[in-house]
Amino acid sequence: MSAVETKVQEAKPLLSKKDRALLVDPLSDNNPITIQVLGICSALAVTTQLKPTMVMAISVMAVVVLSNFVVSLIRNLIPSRIRIIVQLTIISILVILVDQLLQAYVYDVSKQLSVFVGLIITNCIVMGRLEAFAMANKPGPSILDAIGNSAGYAWIILAVAFARELFGSGKLFGFQVIPDAFYEMGYVNNGLMLIPAGALFVIAIIIWIQRSINQKFEEA
Amino acid sequence: MRSSNNYVLTFAVIITVVAAVLLAGAATLLKPMQDANRKKEKQENILSVVGKTGENDYKQFDQLITSLVIDENGDVVEGVKAFDIDLAMDKRIKSKDANHKLQYPLYVFEENGKKTYILQLAGVGLWGPIWGYLALDEDGNTIKQAVFDHKGETPGLGAEINTDAFESQFQNKLILNENNEFVSVQVTKGAKAEGEMHQVDAISGGTITSNGVSNMLKEDIQFYLTYLNKSQS
Repeated sequence: MSAVETKVQEAKPLLSKKDRALLVDPLSDNNPITIQVLGICSALAVTTQLKPTMVMAISVMAVVVLSNFVVSLIRNLIPSRIRIIVQLTIISILVILVDQLLQAYVYDVSKQLSVFVGLIITNCIVMGRLEAFAMANKPGPSILDAIGNSAGYAWIILAVAFARELFGSGKLFGFQVIPDAFYEMGYVNNGLMLIPAGALFVIAIIIWIQRSINQKFEEA
Repeated sequence: MRSSNNYVLTFAVIITVVAAVLLAGAATLLKPMQDANRKKEKQENILSVVGKTGENDYKQFDQLITSLVIDENGDVVEGVKAFDIDLAMDKRIKSKDANHKLQYPLYVFEENGKKTYILQLAGVGLWGPIWGYLALDEDGNTIKQAVFDHKGETPGLGAEINTDAFESQFQNKLILNENNEFVSVQVTKGAKAEGEMHQVDAISGGTITSNGVSNMLKEDIQFYLTYLNKSQS
């Protein structure tokens, strides 16, 4: 019922100014990783190569969007006393489903991601969006909010994985991109990029760039 | 009304039932595909120790490999499928119940009239299970290749056991000494001495995992010895 209403309202302008903000803000000005500093753990753990990172990004996106949608749909039915555990149950169902699907269809990637798929449950971004947004908004805007935030997460971890795979092993998506000639001239892969600490440096550099472009985050 | 205990309880029960139905359904539907993936991985692991690493080699697994099951007396057990044996589980039961009879899978690869025995290994590392496959030459002594894998050893430390650098050290090592006594292969620090046939270099920072590999080799190879001795004579 409510889903139908929002659709009708949104039909006039493609996306109202408010809806655009929901979608675009989390990409930079309110990015879950670089500004809110959520979901850092998985950003360190899964980003040594682009392929698993891509799968991780898609998985997180699916979980955030679906859980935001479901919670928003039943937000008026959820008893507030047990709302956190209800949210957690919904997230867990979705994450386990994603994990099962990965094991069935992309087994090698699922092995690489190992426990980190399961740990999407504890990714603060997911529950943060449910508590902060889906519990108080209609399904339409909730989906937009979820897409915005998970895309904000996705592009950061993809950027980190790009840097780590390129400088750590000279490859992108598993293909050699740094030519052999470079290695013959004495170029060496950066081993730091292969360990989690490397991701921390890359994220720090992204945050640095972001804050120097956008002075409003500068503290004192 | 929505804060009444009855409502809260009813809601909780409904959510739980929905969750259970969804997850049970998904698990049942996807199980055949997941099992097929696991079987393929195992077949590829076994084939990789005899150098068959082609994309589609696993499809010919049954033609390339003879799967046997052997017992502690070195006899072949009929009626048990090698792939059905959960070695790690069996060894765990054995550690609690000494009467439990272990059975080990043995895979035999034959090329140009020469046999290669592929032994299955299961042990424990620092954080969880480790396992591997060992290709043993027809003489029942020379290691041709070994592969190891692990559930969740520390990346960069214990997890190094499944890298080529570690695994290739096992090539051409011997499990028997000059007097034909079983000495296994130890994973120890500073095993660099030339001509040392029973040691490989451990992983720095991965001592417990390295010891796990050592113990696993010792325990599991030993089991196969009776069978190997019989088939030598």
